[in-house]
Amino acid sequence: MTSKTNAKTNTTKALSTAEYLRMYTQMVRIRTFEDNANQLYLSAKMPGLTHMYSGQEAVAVGICEALNDNDHITSTHRGHGHCVAKGANFTEMFCELLGKEEGYCRGKGGSMHIADQSHGNLGANAIVGGSMGIATGSALRAKLLGHDDVTVCFFGDGGTAQGLLYEVMNMAALWNLPVIYACENNGYSEYTKTEEIAAGSITARAEAFGIEAFTVDGQDVIAVNELSKKLVARCRNNEGPFFVELMTYRYHGHHVGDINREYYRSKQEEADWKENRDPIIHFRSWLIEQGIATEDEIETLNQEIKQDAKTAVAYAEAAAYPDLSEVDMHVYAETDPATLRAGN
Amino acid sequence: MREITLSQAVNEALAEEMRRDPTTFILGEDVAEAGTPFKVLSGLVEEFGTARVIDTPISEPGFVGIAVGAAMTGARPIVDLMFGDFLYLVMDQLCNQAAKQQYMSGGKLSVPMVVRTNLGATRRSGAQHSQSLHALVAHIPGLKVALPSSAYEAKGLMKTAIRDNNPVVIIEDKLMYQDKAPVPEDEYLIPFGVANIKREGSDITLIGTSSMVQVAEAAARILEAEGISAEVIDPRTIVPLDEETLLKSVRKTSRAIVIDEGHQNYGITGEIASRLNEKAFYYLDAPVLRMGAMDVPIPFSPVLEDLTVPTPEGVAENARRLCAGEMIHAA
Repeated sequence: MTSKTNAKTNTTKALSTAEYLRMYTQMVRIRTFEDNANQLYLSAKMPGLTHMYSGQEAVAVGICEALNDNDHITSTHRGHGHCVAKGANFTEMFCELLGKEEGYCRGKGGSMHIADQSHGNLGANAIVGGSMGIATGSALRAKLLGHDDVTVCFFGDGGTAQGLLYEVMNMAALWNLPVIYACENNGYSEYTKTEEIAAGSITARAEAFGIEAFTVDGQDVIAVNELSKKLVARCRNNEGPFFVELMTYRYHGHHVGDINREYYRSKQEEADWKENRDPIIHFRSWLIEQGIATEDEIETLNQEIKQDAKTAVAYAEAAAYPDLSEVDMHVYAETDPATLRAGN
Repeated sequence: MREITLSQAVNEALAEEMRRDPTTFILGEDVAEAGTPFKVLSGLVEEFGTARVIDTPISEPGFVGIAVGAAMTGARPIVDLMFGDFLYLVMDQLCNQAAKQQYMSGGKLSVPMVVRTNLGATRRSGAQHSQSLHALVAHIPGLKVALPSSAYEAKGLMKTAIRDNNPVVIIEDKLMYQDKAPVPEDEYLIPFGVANIKREGSDITLIGTSSMVQVAEAAARILEAEGISAEVIDPRTIVPLDEETLLKSVRKTSRAIVIDEGHQNYGITGEIASRLNEKAFYYLDAPVLRMGAMDVPIPFSPVLEDLTVPTPEGVAENARRLCAGEMIHAA
């Protein structure tokens, strides 16, 4: 049996002050990271393009705060938010964005391929929907080897148009895999409204495979986190897979260079989301209302994060590029010759 | 020495490696009770159970993608892709995902997985079940590609493929599954990047891959009767390629034909011929010839299909003309 529920913010305090502040901090860290990344692009200091996560912070943070370092995620081309939320640090991230040797991927991945294995982030992916197989395979590995980690597969509404999703959801359901398909519906598939590319219901597609599916307000970090914790626990209890559609909004264009975009989205609509449905403003007000933090404490946090980002950007700008000899390194992984001998 | 079929050799390699390493598992279409349409995997599900010999839906991109994710997180999947022609279906997962993880992550993520599939025409299977598509994957940095030419190679290369820390595509000739060859009972592995000199000769080098090793050997026997001494070399893996052994042979014989069952245009034969031209030019007495499959979709009609693949007679004829100096100025 499948069910579809609409989770709403629980107005009573269920978490510790430290946990709430950590969620707030992580959301602001994502927004701050993106503001700096955008600035690096606008000032022509960053090679290439990048896709901003601003506006969607409650999704990544609400979900990743329900995970631990052994749990895995797969990310998307709009992946900085997932990376920060899963525990990455600014310095190695900015170094990666600038193609520097000290980046998470030694500068070889860049924004669209940033991966942080130390925190279970299996990487962003520049193919829309490209990591759906990877996430499902991570879950199959967990089941096969008796590990208790859960994998979350992030993708957007645009990714639901890829056939791969339906192939892997079918197998995940057949094999009862500990994977959560997290569809961040930000209303736009690149430069096209989602309603123009998605027929019928997105959650019904998962339900057709017998996967329990949920819709949640992706601007409400507490609602996202509460639902995620339940689903993660149920995955660990062998009740997976699950599907969650998170209703959210992308503040920037498809990428940082998509500036004149009124032909597909009005300024008024953007302003409405930013002013009335911002996940950080919403959560900040709630923290103050609940007496979890004061205005001063919040401002201090914000300033500390800004300073951290400033320091990390300065470090990354001054950091070294990889040595040119690295260009043909890491094409193939090493295999210990001893393991290739008979009898071993 | 005992002789077993190529099919049995692959089966033995898989069973031995699955006993050795509990993180290995097989997934693909009809791999468990059916043991694949070619019965290569018969008996494995009885020993290892359905948890490690997993029947999948007919979803090639899906299960190859799943293998990539399992490999990235600590397992060693062995994917069974029922026909080599289905490589087209899985190109994103294999070439954009598996092949690039190690590089894109600066060496942090690796993908120790095997895709075993097949090649080969003349089975009357039509254009979508007869192709030899190893050039497609050999083109992609990050993938290794092995082409066993007998039961002996099939076992030794498979064991290396499973233990290698990279995505390896190992492509068997589906017409050779019942061919027997001597295979030792004691464990052995064949290293990648080491060519096998099947037959020594002094007048011309015949470089054959997979199914074309037998063709090259048969051509060498024809030529021997005419007093032409042909050296036959099987590269065994085309990525990595044992260039040194090939160059050494060509520097000795001064002539070469490269024979491969993939299409000739933009194929393996062109790549190997080009390397020989670049690195042994002054030793050559004649242009290096390419002999691949004809550049047509594989036809169904037997009389047409048989024309598309190099034959011993065709190789011998070209060798004869090269040795006679007839093709030096051939356009």
